[in-house]
Amino acid sequence: MTMPDQAAVLIDPDEHRSGTGTARFVLQKVLEAIISVVLVVVLFFFLFRMLPGDPVAAMTRDRVTSPQQIAELREKMGVDKPVFVQFGQYFWNLLHGDLGESRLLNNGRPVADMIGERLWPTILLVGSATVLAVIIGLWLGIRAAWRRDSFFDRAQTGIALTLWSVPQFWLGLMLLVVTDGLFPSRGMHSPDAAPDVLSQTIDVLHHLVLPCVTLLAVFYAQYMLIMRSSLLGEMNADYLTTARAKGLRDDLVRRRHAVPNALLPTTTLVFMQFGAVVAGAVTVEAVFSWPGLGQLTYDALHGPDLPVLQGVFTVLASAVVLMNLLAELLYRVLDPRVRTS
Amino acid sequence: MGWFLVHFQRRIGRFGRVGAVVAAATLAAIPLAVPAQAQQGKVLRVALTTGIDHLNPFTAVLAASTQVGRFAYEFLTVPDAAKAEASPALAESWTPSPDKLTWTFKIRSGVKWSDGQPVTAKDAAFTFNRMLTDENARTANGNYVANFETVTAPDDTTLVIKTKAVQVNMNLLDVPIVPQHIWEGIKDLKDAKTDDLSVVGVSDGPYKITEYKQNEYVKLAANKDYWRGAPKVDELQLLQFKDTEAAVNALKQGEVDVINRLNPNQFAALQGQQGITTNAAPGRRYDELSINFGVTDNANNPIGDGNPVLKDINVRKAITQAVDTQALVDKVLKGLGQVGGGVVPPVYAEYHWDPSDTEKVKFDLAAANATLDQAGYKKGPDGVRTAPGGAKLELRLTGHANRSYDQGVAQYVSGWLKDIGITVKQDLVSDDELSDRTAVGKYDLAIGGYGTNPDPDYALSLHTCAARPSPDGKGGSTDTFFCDPQYDDLYKKQLTETDDAKRAGYVKQAQARLYSQFPTIVLDYQNALEAYRSDKFSGFTTQPQPKGAILEQTGYWGVYGATPAGTEAAADSGSGNTVLWIVIGAVVVVVLVGGGIAFSRRGKSAEDRE
Repeated sequence: MTMPDQAAVLIDPDEHRSGTGTARFVLQKVLEAIISVVLVVVLFFFLFRMLPGDPVAAMTRDRVTSPQQIAELREKMGVDKPVFVQFGQYFWNLLHGDLGESRLLNNGRPVADMIGERLWPTILLVGSATVLAVIIGLWLGIRAAWRRDSFFDRAQTGIALTLWSVPQFWLGLMLLVVTDGLFPSRGMHSPDAAPDVLSQTIDVLHHLVLPCVTLLAVFYAQYMLIMRSSLLGEMNADYLTTARAKGLRDDLVRRRHAVPNALLPTTTLVFMQFGAVVAGAVTVEAVFSWPGLGQLTYDALHGPDLPVLQGVFTVLASAVVLMNLLAELLYRVLDPRVRTS
Repeated sequence: MGWFLVHFQRRIGRFGRVGAVVAAATLAAIPLAVPAQAQQGKVLRVALTTGIDHLNPFTAVLAASTQVGRFAYEFLTVPDAAKAEASPALAESWTPSPDKLTWTFKIRSGVKWSDGQPVTAKDAAFTFNRMLTDENARTANGNYVANFETVTAPDDTTLVIKTKAVQVNMNLLDVPIVPQHIWEGIKDLKDAKTDDLSVVGVSDGPYKITEYKQNEYVKLAANKDYWRGAPKVDELQLLQFKDTEAAVNALKQGEVDVINRLNPNQFAALQGQQGITTNAAPGRRYDELSINFGVTDNANNPIGDGNPVLKDINVRKAITQAVDTQALVDKVLKGLGQVGGGVVPPVYAEYHWDPSDTEKVKFDLAAANATLDQAGYKKGPDGVRTAPGGAKLELRLTGHANRSYDQGVAQYVSGWLKDIGITVKQDLVSDDELSDRTAVGKYDLAIGGYGTNPDPDYALSLHTCAARPSPDGKGGSTDTFFCDPQYDDLYKKQLTETDDAKRAGYVKQAQARLYSQFPTIVLDYQNALEAYRSDKFSGFTTQPQPKGAILEQTGYWGVYGATPAGTEAAADSGSGNTVLWIVIGAVVVVVLVGGGIAFSRRGKSAEDRE
């Protein structure tokens, strides 16, 4: 939503004309981000109100409820009020960190609490998979581009494309079958682990292996492919010829001159992907019963538990906006052309 | 520009060295950590494939949660293992007054809560009175007390319940009895604290909850003082799986010992596997094909958009004649189910009804065609029949898009109906969309089903006039919209008849009446498909016997009866491999980190040279 394409960042006409300082740039970007988040909240609110299905009917399905109880529920949930009054209430609560209450999963539990306890497992899973994917993806991408059209390049690109297109849940299940019980197939903790910190840590790491590898296998491909293509884009540039003409060794030219420039689009991608990656963890968390946000979303969708869904999506969308903001600010730090113009 | 990469590489180098230290520490720590992990008593691990909402027995609604409640808390009575009939539990005996309005329960003495306090009739009275006075306490089992007038405990071993009207399920109140001394101090039953061990950890059932990690697992320890005798398994672990395929895999690899809710394909794949025994038990559900016969709300106004031709009982009869329920059981359920009859499944043999040979509408496409011919629906040149008014016989068929069962049924039914000149447009939708549509009669044919209880009242009540929704579409619990004075009369008679045999007679007559009017076709009763590690455990008690379910039961018998096959066999064979793999993993980490260091060195030397 706020992410302009790369060209717009590099040659932003406003930047050229005004030539203003970093403070104004940061302020402007932060303001844009805030507006985006507000728009997202508004959009989600009305989008979720448009979904078919009466929330009270969903709650009381298969249960014996009197008309009086139903009326009380409608009043308690505020669905008897005009939609704009509901929105005002919702927005006011949101400003106070109140995302409402779950209606189905854990009837009456604050959504913020539910999201809070699921956040850390997802950050651990997605974070570790992303870090590894970035490292492995960039490394392979650089190698592949530098040795373009070699067997290594073609093999790597082929493997990456294959893994990228494999359904995550299938890959996860295959890993479960192939590893034949060497790693736990569910959850984040084993009930048998000793209570001391070290055993608990090892236990969590042991549980992390399969879901993390599954995500990694799918994630690294795009970093590799982007790094490869942006490095290929740099390879015929004049400055590299100059560098070579200076007599610098080939790997030095690559590491000191070509790669830093090619890293720019990749940096943006890493940040942009973070939000999308959390959503992408839904299927992997379901396969491995990992108690994270993805699983919460999966459960909430099954209900459907609208306050929980709305809360999760608001948090995810805000994370994407925040990451984009960071990417834009970092871009300014990384690319002197943006900074000094 | 090069500054960035150099910086980057220095960072990697630093991280690399830190990483190597961490990896080495991890390696060194493994021998310390593993013995703690490997300790396995006689632990029975059950795969849960449905969620747990609460442990608080007043608010726990989901199937897995109520099952935890059954393991932890004793009930006044429990359905016995043999026939799922009321049998003594906390109450040794119970007697109704001559007018059937007052029930006196004799409470067992000598039973103790897990904190040592005695269990008395006062605890039971407290539990029911809390449900009568606190709306939140009625969340899970409120329907059992809706008709209660008063509940008192004149002494420690006597509980007296007075009801407003005759209530037939008084000998099977499915309500866990909680300790008064723990719960009376809790004002708000919706409080998250009511799921804490300090509250739910005090109980009197065969097992006692010892650890709860939300969304992950529940651990229960055997209650050594359980009045029936201590369970033979020391610990029960209920492990949550989101994905049944992953759970099946865990069973194969010995990570869990019992699993249920398998689909026919998973069940077939587990059959004949070494060390695994499968159990196809008669289920508690029925599947049905609802026919929109011109449905109405509870003020008798027509609602929905059903095809008017279905108001003709001849068309509904022809559809019923054209559905081969045996083929559906054989092909769609792969033989793992029983052909449908009445709405009470055969697992409750006392109340189950099957049409007699004369009542039965047999699968016969020629007869179905004849029925439609006689009723005046002529076949056009395109093979599609038209109603006397000129409308074509085109029906919409809806069901769950995400269930392979519904997909299979939709295919077969469409084919058969085509053979009798009825075109079917399949329209399988999301669960929510389906329940929205069927709640207001927006369907012609709908695939659905219900789970039933040992008491037939619930299954029958779904088809009474009162179960229809109000004119604004609210409050309905029916899926058939059936409204028939004759049926309602039979329903009321069974509700107040306390002579078991007579009541069963009414229950069967009601099902026969429903069957004869074709508002719905009961297609089949799916088996509950379960599997367990017979190389590690035996003695799972099924309900009912001999061929009932282990986990899918209204009792704790399955798990309570489990016996370890031998202490050695029960030990975790995977732990040795686990250690091996942790070591291999650590070596890989070290190699990777080593590579990182080498990489950074090269960067450094390049910097030096430049």
